[in-house]
This record gives sequence, structure tokens and C-alpha cells, in this order.
Amino acid sequence: MGVPFGPHVGEIEAVGGLDLAATMFEVALVVSLALLYRQGTLVPVREAEVTLAEGGRTVREFELTAEETEIEVAPGIVYPAWAYNGQVPGPTLRATEGERLRIRFKNNSPHPHTIHFHGFHPANMDGVFELVGKGQEFVYEFDAEPAGLHLYHCHTSPLRKHIEKGLYGAFIIDPEEGRPEADEMVMVMNGFDTNFDASNEVYAVNTVAFHYQRHPVQIQKGRLIRVYAVNVLEFDFINSFHTHATFFHYYPTGTRNPRSGEIEPSEFTDTKIFGQGERGIMEFSYGFPGPFMFHAHVSEFAELGWMGVFEVEE
Amino acid sequence: MGRENRGPAWVLLGLLPLLGLGVLLALILSNGVGVGRNDAPPVEDLTVGRVTLPTEYELVVHVQNGGPNPVTLEQVVVNDALWDFRVKPDNRIPRLGSAEVVIPYTWVEGEAYEIVLISETGTTFDAEVPVAVLTPGFSGETFSSYALIGFYVGVVPVTLGLLWYPFLRRLGTAGMNFVLALTVGLLVFLVLDTLLEALEIASELPGAFSGVPMVILVALLTLFGLLGVERLFRRGREEASRLATSYRIALGIGFHNLGEGLAIGAAFALGEAALGTFLILGFTLHNITEGVGIAAPVLKEKRPHFAHFAALALLGGGPAILGTWVGGFAYSNLLSAVFLAVGVGAILQVVYEVGRLLLRDSARSKTPALSGTNLGGLTAGIAIMYVTALLVSV
Repeated sequence: MGVPFGPHVGEIEAVGGLDLAATMFEVALVVSLALLYRQGTLVPVREAEVTLAEGGRTVREFELTAEETEIEVAPGIVYPAWAYNGQVPGPTLRATEGERLRIRFKNNSPHPHTIHFHGFHPANMDGVFELVGKGQEFVYEFDAEPAGLHLYHCHTSPLRKHIEKGLYGAFIIDPEEGRPEADEMVMVMNGFDTNFDASNEVYAVNTVAFHYQRHPVQIQKGRLIRVYAVNVLEFDFINSFHTHATFFHYYPTGTRNPRSGEIEPSEFTDTKIFGQGERGIMEFSYGFPGPFMFHAHVSEFAELGWMGVFEVEE
Repeated sequence: MGRENRGPAWVLLGLLPLLGLGVLLALILSNGVGVGRNDAPPVEDLTVGRVTLPTEYELVVHVQNGGPNPVTLEQVVVNDALWDFRVKPDNRIPRLGSAEVVIPYTWVEGEAYEIVLISETGTTFDAEVPVAVLTPGFSGETFSSYALIGFYVGVVPVTLGLLWYPFLRRLGTAGMNFVLALTVGLLVFLVLDTLLEALEIASELPGAFSGVPMVILVALLTLFGLLGVERLFRRGREEASRLATSYRIALGIGFHNLGEGLAIGAAFALGEAALGTFLILGFTLHNITEGVGIAAPVLKEKRPHFAHFAALALLGGGPAILGTWVGGFAYSNLLSAVFLAVGVGAILQVVYEVGRLLLRDSARSKTPALSGTNLGGLTAGIAIMYVTALLVSV
């Protein structure tokens, strides 16, 4: 997204104690996690996340609708996309580990679709075999685990087509202990095959080629920045993320280190390679003001749209 | 019905279908035809012509819209990078409209470039620069250097071929018939060569132009037209003069050489042909037999005036100069296809004419038309052209 979240994002107040739990349903809206660009306009994700307390446990409900829409993926070029809630990438879904998730999925498009979440869940919640046809609904319900940065996407065959058309989004499970306070942003690295020849014509983070070059992302000097980077690129096996003039702590998949059990970075670098479906959290700050580029270090992708600028302010 | 019945009412009768057509068109334009469908995506059919490099910092892609819908170009990719560009006159190219896509790009000499034009619907159109070299602009120097190329590949070999005239005149009847048959052979080769070239260019035209049928029909119309004209030349005599036949052979060969000039000029301008000594030599060898062909009909006549030979050489070889100019400075697939198709018709006509000369000679000498001499000459003509053509693939 490139658009910083407020510092309070992710702090969820579970309402209702254990004693009240059986009867009490309280609703709290949380701040939307992502802003998406659609046809070149900044469109906030609708506030679809609802926090309920059931049996003293936070239940988080989302509504996702698959539909067909047209998206301007580069100035002047309109792509016929398949989208969750009319946006590509789909809304970022966010929860804290251990919470219950309930995702109501409705298919308003002529093709059958599903939602396949990365994470732990029963087989019938895997969004693979239970095709949701035109006009049908399905409710996915499972616990939010493990903590980390994941993704969700359609898993209907032909799989590649259902992903590349735009049916994907970021899925964040915050660790119980939380992460240090930071300005956060979601960057879904994607591309579009506008002439249907099984290769991408346009590359980007969050869909629109060169968008963050034309509209630099404002960040504060010295402020901790956290980027949730998800690679959903199809056709090309490798994508990458490169920051100029700063290094980042990289947390692969945002999960705990399997040996220490702690959330700790695996490396300190300025360039990271991502395979298909690979994602990770990057934390960094800038020591100097001014415009700094960030882009795929696969130069071809950079020059075909996956390029942006951080505007660092004093 | 007599002529007296053709009054004003008769004119009205002739206008009746046109009136109906007008009403129909008006209805369609105002209400549509009622069979359109809005769910289908627009058909975009942009034909990429030449890519020129007028300066060291520009690539210019020439395009033509041959599809039923306008095409709007929104992005341009050069070697896998989205790039700045502007379209003259406008990035919305109407049906049958042409445009130039000007891309500011500091290209590297000798390298290859792949250009992709992306329309608003995401459809792509490919263009390529096989070898980046500066496209020669129009100047006195380039003008004369193109003329020199045309002179080398057209006028020189035809003139050299004509110089065989005194030698060939001393051949016996059989030898002269051999030369005539050889002429037919080389002309048959030229018909096929020119026709295939014309069809190849025609197939690159936007579909709306129906290039391939156009080439065939233009060739046929030229053939019939020239056959009709030939009757006028006879002026009541049984046969046209043999000198006139020579002129018509020169004309047909001239059209062929115009086509060769077009191809050479275009290839030279695009940097596709390193027009070296070898190629010049090849064309000289290839075209030298054309001079023999032009001289063949007048071998048995009183020697024509020297000025006639100069005129024949110019008519047969000169168009190569014209061709290199057009190909180098103002290349157009449509014009090239038409020129070459006219050439096909013109050469077909002289094949017919020279063939008739041969038949008449054999009838007079009571030898079979397909005698050993004639067959040998025919084969030799085709073989010479085929072998020397190996030297001149542009």
C-alpha cells in the first residue's frame, strides 16, 4: 500500500470479560488496514472488520465478495480484473494470534471462486475443494495462527488464472505480544498480463505501475517503518525488494524463529529476493531526509512499473 | 425499349436503388443495425510498419490502424522498460488512420530493440529494430548515394547485357532462338520472383486493404491493359515491331527493378542490408541477363539506332534508382505492393509476346515449339536467374 497506517492499528480491544461472555456481543470497528488504489483513485478499504466477543474470545468477522471489475493498472491501460471487494489486492485481513476468524465469502462473479488462506485450519476450511459458484456464499471459520504475515487467494482451477486476475490479498496475524510501535504499510508485489500471453506487461506494488513514484510515500526521518511485503507475482518465478540508502531487518514470513521461539530478524540487508507466495516483514528507518527510491532489483520489473519513492521528511 | 423511352422518369428509375440505400444508411446511422453486441471487447488491429531512427536519441514507429475500431495507445515498452512517448498526430488512431509513435531513447548503434505498444485495453503490438543505425534523412548526399546504388544494381547490368547485342547478332537462327527462349526463362523467373515479393508485402498490409487479392487483380488488369495496348501498337500490322517488343520487355523489367530498388532502399535505410561489394556484384550478375532479354527480339532486325539502346537501358535499369529513392525516403507497403503487382502484369505480357515470337519462328521453320534449343534456352534462363539470385538475397 505504501500508505502508512496509524500507530494504533492492530491494537484490538477485546470487549467483554469471561463472566459476561455468554450473552454479550459487542462490536468494535477497527481502523482499516489498507488503502487501495482503484482506477487511479485512492479508495480506502471499507471497514469490514468486526470484532465480536464470543465466550470471552475475540471473534473477527470479515466479508469478502468476489466480483469482476476494471482496474487501471498503468496510466491509460484498463485491465479486466477479478477482485475481492472490487479491489486488487483484496482488503488486508488482520487479526491477533489465537483469535477466531469468520470470513463470509460471497461470489458475485460468473466464475466459481474460493478463498484459500495460508495458515492453520481444518481441511474443509482450506478453500480448495468447496467451490463457491455464482451467487453462492461460504463461511470460512478457523483460529488465527500462526503469528506472521500470510496471504489469501483464490484456489480454483485453473489456479494461475484465478490468482493473476487479482484474487489475492495480505493476511496479517499479529503475535500476542505485539510488535514494536511503527508506521506500517502493506505492499503486495504483483503484475498484470494485459494481453493474455502468459507473461506480465506491467509490474507494481499494489497494482498500479509507478504509482508511488508519482505519489511518493511520506515517512518521518528516524521513525520506525514496518513494511508487510507479499509477493503474489505470477509467470515470473522471482521478485525482489530493494531499499535505497537504508538497510532493513528482515523477518521471513513474520513468524517466530523456530529455534529461539522469539520474533527476531534473519538478516539485515537492503535487497531481498521473493519467490512466488513468499512474504516477509521489513523494519527500517531513514537517517536522512529527501526522496529515496525503492524498487524490485529485478531491473526489468522496476522499469515496467515496480518502482516507488519514500519521501523522508524531517 | 427504344431510346425514346429514356425520359426524366428513366433517370429517376436509375436513382431508385441509390435513394433506398440513402434511406437505409440514414436509418442505420440514427438507430444502429440492431445486431450489435456490447459485451464483446473492441477489435484492435494495429499494423506496425517501419521503425525509423531519425536521430541518435529517437525511435519512431510508424503504425496504421486496419481494424474496425479506433485504437488508443497508452503505454510503450522499449526492451522491457515502460518508456516516454508521444504519438503524432494523436494517441487515438482512427480506423484506417496512420500515426507516428515518437520515443525519446538514446539507442546504441548496432544493437537490437524490441518495442511493444500497449493499447488502453492492454492489447500489445510489437515492433522491432533488428539493427540500430541512423535512418538516412533526405539530403543531397543521401539522394545521390541512393541514386548510385540504383545505378549499380539497375542501369549498369542492363547496359552490360545490351552490349552483347553485336555478339548475339552473329549467332545463327538456332542461337538466336536459344537467346529468345532464354529470355522467356528469365522473364518467367522474374514473374514469380516479383509476384512472391508483392504477395509478401501485401500480407503485411492492414487486413482492410485486402492486399493479396489486390496484388493479383492489379497484375491481371495490367496484363489485360497491356495486351490491349499492344494491339494498338500493331497499327493494323500482323505483329508489333520487334523494337516495340523490346521496349515492352524493358518496361516490364523496369518495374521489376523498381521493386528491387524499393527493397534495397528500404533495407539499406533500416540498416538491414550491409550493401557491400558482394551484393552489388551479385545484382550485376543477376540483372545482366535482363539486358540480353531486352536485346533478344531485335537480333534479327536491322540494328536500331544507338539512342534506342540508351533508352532501353534507362527504361529497364533506371527504375531501380527511383525504387531506391522511394524505398529509402518514403517507403510504403501499399505503394510497393501496387508497383510490384503492375510489374507482374507487365512481365507476364512480355512472356506472352516473346513466347509468340518463338512460336511463330518455329512454325515458320517447321520445328517443334519445344525443340531442344528452345527448352535448353528456357532452362538456362531460369537456371541463371536462380543461381545468381542466391547472391542477392537482401
